[in-house]
Amino acid sequence: MRTPMRTVAVVGGSLAGLNAARALRAQEFDGRVVVVGAEDRLPYDRPPLSKEFLADKIDVDELTLTTGADTDLDLEWHLGDPATALDRGRSAIVLASGREIVADGVVLATGARARPFPGAQFDGVHTLRTLQDAVALRRDLMDGRRLVVIGGGFIGSEVASTARDLGVEVTVIESDPIPLSRVLGSELGAVCAGLHGDNGVRLITGAVVTGIVGDGRVREVHLAGDRTEPADVVVVGIGALPNVEWLAGSGVEYDHRGVRTDAGGATNVPQVVAAGDCTYSHSPFAGAALRQEHWTNALRQPATAVTTMLGRTAADAALPPAPYFWSDQYGARLQFAGHRMPGDTVEILEGDLDSRRFVAGYRREGEIVAAFAMNQPKLFGKWRRQLTPRPATTAVP
Amino acid sequence: MYVGRLEDIPLGEAVRVEADVPIAVFNVDGELLAIDDTCSHQDASLADGWVEGCMVECPLHAACFDLRTGMPSGPPAKAAVRTHGVIVDGDGNVYVQVAVPAGATV
Repeated sequence: MRTPMRTVAVVGGSLAGLNAARALRAQEFDGRVVVVGAEDRLPYDRPPLSKEFLADKIDVDELTLTTGADTDLDLEWHLGDPATALDRGRSAIVLASGREIVADGVVLATGARARPFPGAQFDGVHTLRTLQDAVALRRDLMDGRRLVVIGGGFIGSEVASTARDLGVEVTVIESDPIPLSRVLGSELGAVCAGLHGDNGVRLITGAVVTGIVGDGRVREVHLAGDRTEPADVVVVGIGALPNVEWLAGSGVEYDHRGVRTDAGGATNVPQVVAAGDCTYSHSPFAGAALRQEHWTNALRQPATAVTTMLGRTAADAALPPAPYFWSDQYGARLQFAGHRMPGDTVEILEGDLDSRRFVAGYRREGEIVAAFAMNQPKLFGKWRRQLTPRPATTAVP
Repeated sequence: MYVGRLEDIPLGEAVRVEADVPIAVFNVDGELLAIDDTCSHQDASLADGWVEGCMVECPLHAACFDLRTGMPSGPPAKAAVRTHGVIVDGDGNVYVQVAVPAGATV
């Protein structure tokens, strides 16, 4: 019989951290809940940072995630003071300020950060992850004439789309022959890539960026093969890194992919669970461990992790829903659910590619295991609910 | 405001009515329920959502709203959507009474 927990520390003050704190109260934990956040503000919603917020269509108040109901949860916030160590011996979280929070249970929800381009320290070079990043980028885009986006992934494409709307001349540089092909496969990646050209954005594929050059301020981007692209503003959108380094020496198992957890969010250390972008978790849907840097995962996974930590049995032990993410770019709504693997065959389930209004399915061993939709949210909702979790006949590598 | 013919809103389906503020009319087991079409969280059409019982789930971020009250069941939605009265005349024409709360005495 374990001793009852009196204090839980939630390390991470964004979507996953907030939902972990809410889940603790929803699951009737009546002890002390301390939420630690690296950023000096209450949790806010990040997806609009590359879209409506960057376009100045919504203001910062509309990003707020907390509501009046959260003030009744009696949470203790420590913001602007990132955790620097987890001291297992003393069951304490150590913060940058030196403050220590002694806790019986810990939820790791430190999220991820933008992967930087090595050595690019010039003004006008941006990554986009935080509100502060978005404010700085927006200021630069307002005067910028030529934007180069390094990376044709979802963030890069959304920034390109928003910047184009603001009247900026945009070039997207992608190292793969087809953007998004690693996520969507080459056929559907190519359909998405077509959106750039249709909207007056230049796309350069199969191009390796060798350097970002400037004199105080960025001037140009160098590509392999002695090519250069002039730039007033550069956005580096080459992925995210989980915030896990602070766990060095804690005994919590992690690597460059994130904190290793089972499907319930349990780490290898008792009473330490993890959720959201910082995790590399077993997905029962995929039948494999995944890092799901998806908003939906940060919304839902914390409740599961909290259930695990409290030693309760999940009320809903059913298979969790398929991984899901969306992107809005160039007026197109893109949605993906499920788990695609190389070798899955693509088939059009609804509509057609040319109309840019369709649902496509990924078939493996006869079953639809993932779906991607463009401008077809209603029918996507139907297919999303029919996806087959890891077909039993498929060996998982 | 005229919505359409009753037979054009089959069981379990919804229609979107273009207005200053678009409205979605749902047919839940033969009962017509109307709410604001635009999700209170972010821009998405609730008429495209998934209906289960008396709830609709936003097609984009899965915010759920009660079709009778407009109340969200939890995150990500923070605010309710408005509900509207629905009238079906003897000829099967469907009308929405904009901003007259569902169930209010007319």
